[in-house]
Amino acid sequence: MRSTLLVAIHVFRDSVRDKVLYSIVAFAIILMASSFLMGQLTAGQDVKIIKDLGLAAMSLFGLFIAIFIGVGLVSREIERRSIYAVLAKPVLRHEFIVGKYLGLVGTLFVNLAVMAIAYYGVLEYMALTLPAGAFTGGPPATDPRLLLAVGLIGAELALVTAIALFWSSFSSSALLSAAFTAGLWVAGQFGADLRNFDQVVASPVAVWLARGLYYVLPNFAAFDIKAQVVHGATVSGDYMAATLAYAMAYIAMLIVAAVLVFSRRDFK
Amino acid sequence: MLAGTVVWLQMYRERHFRAAEAAQQILYVQSPAVMKRLALSFDAVVADLYWIRTIQYYGGTRLSRDPDKHYDLLYPMLDLTTTLDPRFSIAYRFGAFFLSERAPGGAGRPDLAIALLKKAMATSPESWEYPYDIGFVYYRYAQYEQAADWFRRAAKVPGATNWLEPLAAVTLAAGGKLEASRVLWQNLLANGDQQWLRRTAEHRLQQLDAIDEIQRLQSLTAAYEARHGAPPPTWEHLIADGALRTVPRDPAGQPYVLNPWWGLVTVSQDSPLWPLPTERAP
Repeated sequence: MRSTLLVAIHVFRDSVRDKVLYSIVAFAIILMASSFLMGQLTAGQDVKIIKDLGLAAMSLFGLFIAIFIGVGLVSREIERRSIYAVLAKPVLRHEFIVGKYLGLVGTLFVNLAVMAIAYYGVLEYMALTLPAGAFTGGPPATDPRLLLAVGLIGAELALVTAIALFWSSFSSSALLSAAFTAGLWVAGQFGADLRNFDQVVASPVAVWLARGLYYVLPNFAAFDIKAQVVHGATVSGDYMAATLAYAMAYIAMLIVAAVLVFSRRDFK
Repeated sequence: MLAGTVVWLQMYRERHFRAAEAAQQILYVQSPAVMKRLALSFDAVVADLYWIRTIQYYGGTRLSRDPDKHYDLLYPMLDLTTTLDPRFSIAYRFGAFFLSERAPGGAGRPDLAIALLKKAMATSPESWEYPYDIGFVYYRYAQYEQAADWFRRAAKVPGATNWLEPLAAVTLAAGGKLEASRVLWQNLLANGDQQWLRRTAEHRLQQLDAIDEIQRLQSLTAAYEARHGAPPPTWEHLIADGALRTVPRDPAGQPYVLNPWWGLVTVSQDSPLWPLPTERAP
């Protein structure tokens, strides 16, 4: 456990050294600049658009970090040959993999938490400076329900990180791992199309395959509740619990698979 | 220094080699279903981008000097926006309002306005505002029975405001008259949840006030003609005659225009209230 935590802290420090957290600064600047422009362009929809933009930016920045740092978690150590030094120490292989994962997920969650604070700060500023009639009848600017979307963004990024780590555990090409990870994220957005394949093709084999893929591929569309929370629609506790449980189960499966692959790798 | 040189060169190019502006606006992706897939999990933000583009398109067309204004892309852009974000209420309501507005202020397409609002109703059947807006479109095109029917349907939605049933009754009884129109706009001013809607209602009420005032002024010019055998050539003649104290101004502050040949009174073309709606269709 201690070794796992040490690896995780090391990954976090590496991320800070890699200036990953500068994405928070970029995020805050984008939001603040947008909030000044929005008033001129949006016929009174400034707050709604800033909410959408903020959540999308959190998701996008997080995605880039999860993919491009995630795919290098293991492969970079192998490339630099520092893996030998690590494994020579009393660090078990599974501790190494889990520690790497927890370190990057920790970085992402810190990123997300600070972005969420900046996000609410900008929304509060807009609420205080806009005329009262700008958003009567809609949800409040600093609606706490937005945190539900932030929570599921965090879960989504944790799953993407697990996928990136899985590819990284056996592929030496970071580019290929990034492409596979991004490809799975994109494919995971089309779950509804796979599930409803029977409406567009007649072949039962194709329908069966598509259904199988739907259940096997990670269903990233389920994590997207951004539009609902921005419009103040209810997201049930059951839905949140089921989606988070799905994420945790899928992550556990990927980490176990990554550990199994990594354990069998020969670094000679 | 190099950055400054880059900026200066760009300004120089802009001044001397400005590219011709595109002859027309183009929608690169026309299919809402395709766009929804392309947007992946960022459909709300893409909807916002289309919304901003719709505002710029509508505003640019309306304010252009071209006498022959076309709003051909208004409905496709609104369709894209509302497919990407099906709960984007203002896109439905704003869109329907300006789709149904007669040229040159809008597209003059009540059919598209109603189609957009029916799409909204399919997504949000709990909203009374959408059937109410359909009724409003019918009212604007003098179809009072359909208007009253939709106001009644809106009244039946749970949580609907309580002035819809009386509105349906007034529409049937006084459809086409200014009083019914005034009731509609007063309700919108008092209960509209969007600033642009309340501003529009205020503008329309000012126009109705101007129409009332014009009728009163017409009666004064008619009385002057009866006394003097000819219509008053200027407002000063009416003032000297004791019918008025000052040059009458419309609710926006512009002086009314008096036609000296016929004694007809209108709002000035410089007035923000011009053109006034006809009595039958505001």
